[in-house]
Amino acid sequence: MSTTVTASSGSHTEIDPGHPPTSTGLTNEKVAMWSFLGSECLLFGALISTYLLFKGQSLPGTIQPVDVFDIPYTSVSSFVLLMSSLTMVLALAAIQRGDQRLTRVWLLTTALLGASFVAGQAYEFTVFVREGMNLRVNLFSSSFFVLTGFHGAHVTIGVLMLLSLYSLSMRGKLPPSKAETVELVGLYWHFVDVVWIVIFTLIYLIP
Amino acid sequence: MRRNRRLAAFSSLFLLLAACAENAPQDTLEPKGPVARQIDNLIDPVFAVAGVVLVLVLGLVLVAIVKFRAKPDSPEPEQIHGNTRLEVGWTLAPALILLAVAVPTIATIFDLAKKPDNAVNITVIGHQFWWEYRYDDLGVVTANELRMPVGRPVQLTLNSDDVIHSFWIAPLAGKQDVVPGRNNTMSFSADAPGEYLGQCTEFCGASHANMRAKAIAMLPADFDAWVAGQRAGAVAAAPGTAGEAGSLLFAQKGCGGCHTVAGVSEGVLGPNLTHFATRTSFAGSIFDNNDANLRRWLRDPQGEKPGNKMIIPGPPLTPDEITELIAYLNTLR
Amino acid sequence: MAIVTPQRPEALAPEQPLNTPVRFLRRPTGYTKGLWGWMTTVDHKKIGIMYSATAFIFFLIGGLEALLLRLQLGGPDNTFLRADTYNQVFTMHGTTMIFLVIMPLSAGLANYLLPIMIGARDVAFPRINAFGYWVFLAGGLFMYSSFFLGGAPNGGWFGYVPLTRNLPGHNIDYWVFGLQILGIASLTGAINLIVTVINMRAPGMSLMRMPIFVWMSLVAQFLLLFAIPVITVALFLLSFDRLFSTNFFNVAAGSDPLLWQHLFWMFGHPEVYILILPAMGIVSEVLPVFSRKPLFGYQVMVFSGIAIGFMGWGVWAHHMFATGLGPVAVSAFSASTMFIAVPTGVKIFNWISTLWKGKLTFPTPMLFAIGFVTMFTIGGLSGVTHGVVPADTQQTDTYYIVAHFHYVLFGGSMFGLFSGAYYWYPKFAGRMLDERLGKIHFWLMFIGFNMTFGPFHILGLQGMPRRVYTYPEGRGWDVWNLVSTIGSFVIALSILVFIINMWKNRKPQEVGDDPWDARTLEWTIPSPPPEYNFKEIPLVTSRDELWHRKYTEDEDGRSVRREVTLGQPHMAGTEVEPTGPEGSESPDHVQAPGDHADGGEENGEHEEHIHMPSPSYWPLVTAIGLPIVSYGMIYKTWAVAIMGGVWIFGSLYAWALEPATAPEDTPVHGPDTSGEDLEAVPA
Repeated sequence: MSTTVTASSGSHTEIDPGHPPTSTGLTNEKVAMWSFLGSECLLFGALISTYLLFKGQSLPGTIQPVDVFDIPYTSVSSFVLLMSSLTMVLALAAIQRGDQRLTRVWLLTTALLGASFVAGQAYEFTVFVREGMNLRVNLFSSSFFVLTGFHGAHVTIGVLMLLSLYSLSMRGKLPPSKAETVELVGLYWHFVDVVWIVIFTLIYLIP
Repeated sequence: MRRNRRLAAFSSLFLLLAACAENAPQDTLEPKGPVARQIDNLIDPVFAVAGVVLVLVLGLVLVAIVKFRAKPDSPEPEQIHGNTRLEVGWTLAPALILLAVAVPTIATIFDLAKKPDNAVNITVIGHQFWWEYRYDDLGVVTANELRMPVGRPVQLTLNSDDVIHSFWIAPLAGKQDVVPGRNNTMSFSADAPGEYLGQCTEFCGASHANMRAKAIAMLPADFDAWVAGQRAGAVAAAPGTAGEAGSLLFAQKGCGGCHTVAGVSEGVLGPNLTHFATRTSFAGSIFDNNDANLRRWLRDPQGEKPGNKMIIPGPPLTPDEITELIAYLNTLR
Repeated sequence: MAIVTPQRPEALAPEQPLNTPVRFLRRPTGYTKGLWGWMTTVDHKKIGIMYSATAFIFFLIGGLEALLLRLQLGGPDNTFLRADTYNQVFTMHGTTMIFLVIMPLSAGLANYLLPIMIGARDVAFPRINAFGYWVFLAGGLFMYSSFFLGGAPNGGWFGYVPLTRNLPGHNIDYWVFGLQILGIASLTGAINLIVTVINMRAPGMSLMRMPIFVWMSLVAQFLLLFAIPVITVALFLLSFDRLFSTNFFNVAAGSDPLLWQHLFWMFGHPEVYILILPAMGIVSEVLPVFSRKPLFGYQVMVFSGIAIGFMGWGVWAHHMFATGLGPVAVSAFSASTMFIAVPTGVKIFNWISTLWKGKLTFPTPMLFAIGFVTMFTIGGLSGVTHGVVPADTQQTDTYYIVAHFHYVLFGGSMFGLFSGAYYWYPKFAGRMLDERLGKIHFWLMFIGFNMTFGPFHILGLQGMPRRVYTYPEGRGWDVWNLVSTIGSFVIALSILVFIINMWKNRKPQEVGDDPWDARTLEWTIPSPPPEYNFKEIPLVTSRDELWHRKYTEDEDGRSVRREVTLGQPHMAGTEVEPTGPEGSESPDHVQAPGDHADGGEENGEHEEHIHMPSPSYWPLVTAIGLPIVSYGMIYKTWAVAIMGGVWIFGSLYAWALEPATAPEDTPVHGPDTSGEDLEAVPA
């Protein structure tokens, strides 16, 4: 008996705190994601401000950005991350169109591009450490690693979410009606990308 | 700044009580120097205004409670939603009052930030849990008591050796934090000779409560004499006295590892003791400088001032050893 | 519309839901009762009660800590508490009262009330709501475990570096990680309540028709949303310094210790508005009810709350006036600090005007509300005097500051929260608190409070610093310290009276829906409310919706009781027979828009099913992972920390895959956990 009437069928409309008509017309999940990203702005803002406050304050003779930064290398990985935002948009378009196969393609590509970015960062960090720059050396090293580490952690969580979406899609659990889930992961992904643009500009490019 | 005495007395009951308090040597409302007086002159009218506002608000509430309490025959009240004119009024009026407070405030801020002429320059260094004073121009290093001449300001450069402290001699001036890695500055002077009490006012660890301060203002001639005495070398104890025995103990027990006595030792962890006997207090000014207190202190510094950095190496001092050390310290004029 | 009688549980076959990965533990359903029911609840009302009850226990603990402090300071050179013990107790007293009492009490009240004030059935994300509570509990317990594991935090509630960077032992680590855990609870709660208020208001409930408590809580949630990340960063930096020897606060490496202060107070100042705004909202609800007239200047009250929210970001350095920022910076913050008094002062005058020409009665909620207005005025005025920077260099770090913040936090927030407790207790618990005991509580607390904290003004101006475990004779501080200590025990006595009151009235009574003749929607539903809150989502046509249903106005603008309380307004095309369960307050039922996909069908042929989200244990399970990670980090046992991380991720994954409603709970109406049996509405 309990299984014959499903939640979303016919004349039975459920009042479910998650999906009644909303006061703004946006879903709760979307408003939640925007709110969360708002708080993340402050998180990265505080970390970036700390880095900028310490800029040029490290003790002379200790390792400085100019000693370790490889701008061409980081530009390539930044480009990779930027492209992943494009593939993310394509994934969203695909699922909205109902193209399950392409949805998976673009989701996986985005995840792989993001993972490449993280891998590239990890490699970059090992090079820095070999060159004598670890967490403890000076103000620059501490603030650099913590800021980019937080960002990298955020990208990693994004990659995990993308792979989860991919896996759901593979199991047929990501129909077009769930397009908004992809959209929200996309919002998060774009945010993380924008934060990287700010970091790359302020930390790497501006001397 | 005009003082409305009537308002001040009427408005702040607690101010009245404070002003009438017996012997409050760290009182901020009894200024003993021009800087503290300037601050007091600024805040007294503000207290008065605040008092008037408080009386007004409390009065209105009391009137409302009494006048509009429900009686069996009182009708339902009119459902008033607001009154734009009133609301604008009580937005603008406080804003104007605050503006009137802000202007002299900002003027005073800038005035107090000016560096005075002809000041005695002193570097104040906060330690856990004592104050060090270095008179760089005069070549004097001392601790706990800041000696200053009457009639000349002191210009302090404030620093810390370890954590953030705050230097405060309330009757003379407001406080400034001493922050490691930063040089803060302040200046003040004293009206008359005397002792002015103060205290560290930024939580700095276990014995924050035991980190007190004292400023001693002296007539210029006395100050100069003091300086001359401080610049001299350490007095040597006469041979054959307990003092001489104490000086040997001083070396033996490793006191010099932390304390400087000019010509004898170079330790910097603790206060410079070269002219210890000229000080009226010690151990962050929690003790008057007398034999009984010295005995308490040397017997168990950690017990007297928990967490302080004076840890006597080796076994605790015996009473005889303490007697000799006290004798030695008393020779260090 | 119909609320279908729930099927008797035996008639259902509660199959194991197929898509829950964890099969060995059956998912709780709406039928789950008892302790496990509470531990897995996602009902905002139960969660609100848990928040409030837990916070009240922490209030007693924090109060005990205060009594210990006052015993030590009752006389000069006292030896009741050793220095280090005192430093732990004062740190924990402050940390507890702010993070474990006022914030969760406000959160609990908001949790319970916001949905029913806006006509919703629950918050936007019920499981995340439960998660927030369990994380709060975990954080509080974690922090207090430090007392048994080497010593409680001892760096003061604002933990200035370099002191806290270098303090040995793990005391500070417990503080850092404890606050991080609590921050997660606050942040998730903020997102939840923001979405709820923005998105789940009943039809007709525009923003400017919302009860003012909803508005003030909403502003506070936005402040939390943006302020918590800042302290999160500060705490991460401090913990990295302590654990991994990074250099963020390492002076030897060139760092400026003031960085901590800037980060902390950029959180810390909005935090104090987080602490006061909900209480202001409560007072703004209570005063109109017991004056029997509307809140004076509702729009201005809303805008001043928003203004305070914005301006609160621009005053943080007034906590740093003595740190040597320089005259320009200090002047700017002096001005901004003074001007934030303007929107705050406006509220005081609006509250007085609410009383003015009202018909005032003085039950206990009203006493506390009026107490708030007077005590907060004192605290606010002393706050303005701090803005006079040169004077602040005398006042800061003395007992004068301690006086200020206790007047606004105790005389303000706590009085406001007690007002709310007495006011909404009948709604939450279905019983009234004893009026006589309530008055005794109020007067004892009022007298005790002023005896304890009034003298602090004097002590501060007489030069007594704060955070000192002892003071010498001869400073003139002895008498007022003794008076204060005695006062603190009077406060303790008043709280005992409150506890006795709650205990005496623990059996349910018949209080009805609207014992106070109030103005807002929560008083249209039973006391306590059923799980689904509203039988039908209400249609709102004005501010103070309930008042307008009960009263109209005569030509002088005075309220006149209607003969029949209006029910739900009719909507065109949906006329129905007045029906409804016996005793219903709203005889005219109509479908609110959204109740039906195909709107307007006649009652009876149409079955509406209210189903509520099902309980879940994943919020609790996930929350447990946080202290595990923290213990692992503190003791540098990386295996434990990693295990905790895996625990959290795994739980989150399982949680995400769990549907909001268990199959047993669809499509039948979520069972009545209050035991009330609903009758089917006849066709």
